[in-house]
Amino acid sequence: MIPEVGYGALVVALVLAVLGAVTAAVGARTRRAALVESAQHAALVVAGILTACLALLIYAFLTFDFSVRYVAMNTNLGTPFYYRMTAVWGALEGSIMLWAWMLAIYTLIVMLRHRRNARELYPWVLTVMLGVLAFFLLVMTVPAPVFQRLTPAPADGRGLNPLLEDSGMITHPVALYLGFTGFTVPFAFALAALITGRVTDFWITATRRWTIAAWYFLSLGLLIGGWWSYHVLGWGGYWAWDPVENAAFMPWLTGTAFLHSVMIQERRRMLRLWNLALVILTFTLTLFGTFLTRSGVIASVHAFTQGSIGIFFLTFLSLVVLVALGLLAWRWETLGAQGELDSVVSRESAFLLNNVLLVAATFTVFFGTIFPLVSEALRGIKVSVGMPFFNQVNVPLFLGLIFLMGVGPLIAWRRASIDNLKRNFLWPAVVGIVGAAVVFALGVRSTLAVLSLALAAFVSATIAVDVARATRARVRVGEAIPRALGGLLLRHNRRYGGFIVHLGILVIALGVTGSQAWSVQTETTLRPGEHAELAGYRLRFDGLAASEESNHFKVTGTFTVDGGRAGGTVLQPAKKFYPQEQSPIAYVDYRLGLLEDLYVVLGDFARDGSQATIKLQVNRLVSWIWIGGLVLTLGAALAVAPERRKPA
Amino acid sequence: MKPKFIVGGLVILAALGYMIYAGVSQSVVYFVTPSELGAAPVAGKAYRLGGMVLPGSLKWEPRTLDLTFTLSDGKRTIPVRHKGTPPDLFGEGRGAVVEGSWAAEGYFKSSHIMAKHSEEYTAPHDTNAAGYRELMRTLQSAPR
Repeated sequence: MIPEVGYGALVVALVLAVLGAVTAAVGARTRRAALVESAQHAALVVAGILTACLALLIYAFLTFDFSVRYVAMNTNLGTPFYYRMTAVWGALEGSIMLWAWMLAIYTLIVMLRHRRNARELYPWVLTVMLGVLAFFLLVMTVPAPVFQRLTPAPADGRGLNPLLEDSGMITHPVALYLGFTGFTVPFAFALAALITGRVTDFWITATRRWTIAAWYFLSLGLLIGGWWSYHVLGWGGYWAWDPVENAAFMPWLTGTAFLHSVMIQERRRMLRLWNLALVILTFTLTLFGTFLTRSGVIASVHAFTQGSIGIFFLTFLSLVVLVALGLLAWRWETLGAQGELDSVVSRESAFLLNNVLLVAATFTVFFGTIFPLVSEALRGIKVSVGMPFFNQVNVPLFLGLIFLMGVGPLIAWRRASIDNLKRNFLWPAVVGIVGAAVVFALGVRSTLAVLSLALAAFVSATIAVDVARATRARVRVGEAIPRALGGLLLRHNRRYGGFIVHLGILVIALGVTGSQAWSVQTETTLRPGEHAELAGYRLRFDGLAASEESNHFKVTGTFTVDGGRAGGTVLQPAKKFYPQEQSPIAYVDYRLGLLEDLYVVLGDFARDGSQATIKLQVNRLVSWIWIGGLVLTLGAALAVAPERRKPA
Repeated sequence: MKPKFIVGGLVILAALGYMIYAGVSQSVVYFVTPSELGAAPVAGKAYRLGGMVLPGSLKWEPRTLDLTFTLSDGKRTIPVRHKGTPPDLFGEGRGAVVEGSWAAEGYFKSSHIMAKHSEEYTAPHDTNAAGYRELMRTLQSAPR
């Protein structure tokens, strides 16, 4: 029953979404409120159906209904309870479903929030959102049906990809998709602004908080993905410039650029065309990422034709780009800037440079990701550019961005005088130089590490200068320091939320710098009682044990840190053997620390327990990447709160 | 727009173009088959070499971490030496992609064995030319 009911419901939802999109558009053109209202009803029903379908799928997973093909492919009788829930988005079809469901919920929130305050744009926003939703529903009914009957229903399922049996995998896709779908809202407003010709600043102010939320969730998704890679994949890294990662990173880069460039438009009435283009690009990149990672094209240009989902995404992608470009061309005349760039040394130009660097980084990531495909298609030669390419090109861009992170928020608008520069940047520059000297004196010789830490010190100092100055101003009018500081954060939540996000990024940069510059590793084979030594740790191999888990067989090694640092710590890396997989899966064990993580992977072992080969790593400062994520969360939460005060 | 901003923009574009060009030319790695490498090996150049691990060729010395094996594409074989534990998905009769360079002594010195968590790397069912062609095709898509 479930496959047919679910599939039927999704077809109904598809029809309703298409009808709703068309009705809203006609309602907007003919200015008939009743039509817009019926489109709203359609959106409501679509959201209801998608919610019910999601519940139905979860129910099918919980009750092991293997007559549903997707359930049979992604779970088996041994899959633990939570992973049966999260197996819902463990593969392509379910991920698309989660995506569509979130989009439907977002559409409802847009209805609630903007139905009155965005009268003219609103019907078109509804059209665009329902249109995008219709596309996802089409994908769910034609090329990637989640509800499909498997006959005969097998007695047991194939099982979830073991790599996804992890807490990171529960949250990572959710956060990532909240980010991806979130950018649909500013995109819909941008298109609505172009269609109605109201290309003033309203669409930007109306979607400001949406953009921050989407950006935050995307950041969170990337960070959780890094954490998953770090503690599950067992290579000791968190970022590999893998096409899948790049696909999520590109919209993050352009989204970050957009977040900054809108401030220039709000303040100086510049960059109208640019902002529209950026948000369209960001939305397109979220689709492109899915196309890239799900169509098989990344494996080989020739794999593209194997699944039809690639064609659907590519067609929709082209449609979006064509419509958007057409609208931009149509409204070209009205998109001219009112403000002008007065000087190179100004806040506008710092922000502009920030945008240029971010878009440049996007382009390099894009180029590096598709380079093998282009080379294969054009020359028939299979080549690749790996991590060295991405690091080499992007690291200077990112260092430049960190520098601008210090300059941008403080430098004067229009034209910064020497006096202004001195007042804002003299002390931070001193702090940065002293920081570089201290780091050098401590024995750091890597140019990149010194530069990165000095820049972090510089930016932190600019934030301190600004907060101190603003607090002092309030203390002068009689407020106590804590009250002044609190008032500052709450009354100017957007600015200071932004500063806290910047601090979070600095903390992440510290973690990245430290782990790249100072991590060490070794690989060795031990007999029971023997020691492996690395960076002051002595790790003793105690023995191997085998155990049978609910859905796999496990061989666990026990290792004890013998004396010295972290003495007594027991680490138990393992290898898991899943019946549905041809190869074992490594299970990493680690001891996290603020300064360094001790990280052990069980490689090879003798079946009689007489020896084990391990990879032992001491990864430095990695924890700061996750801590930075927490700081970033605080900042984003503050920035997304409703503004108490109109920006000056 | 004032000319100085246009000039500035062009300078940035040129710098970016140069960075990408330099980055690509320094880090580009060619994918080769055992036949292609065997025909014209260039010592010291970075390659990705893909093929099937010949049954019976795999030797693993846990105490010294020496891993040696032979990669074949059905036409030619290349001896490979690697230092380190074989990854989970690695084994005789399976496809593998290794990154490294050709050593003048007459073997491929691998610095990295690509581990792909996918089941595409199964050996050709029958070791005829078509089976090998299919294997080589799937190997070319190795990430990292």
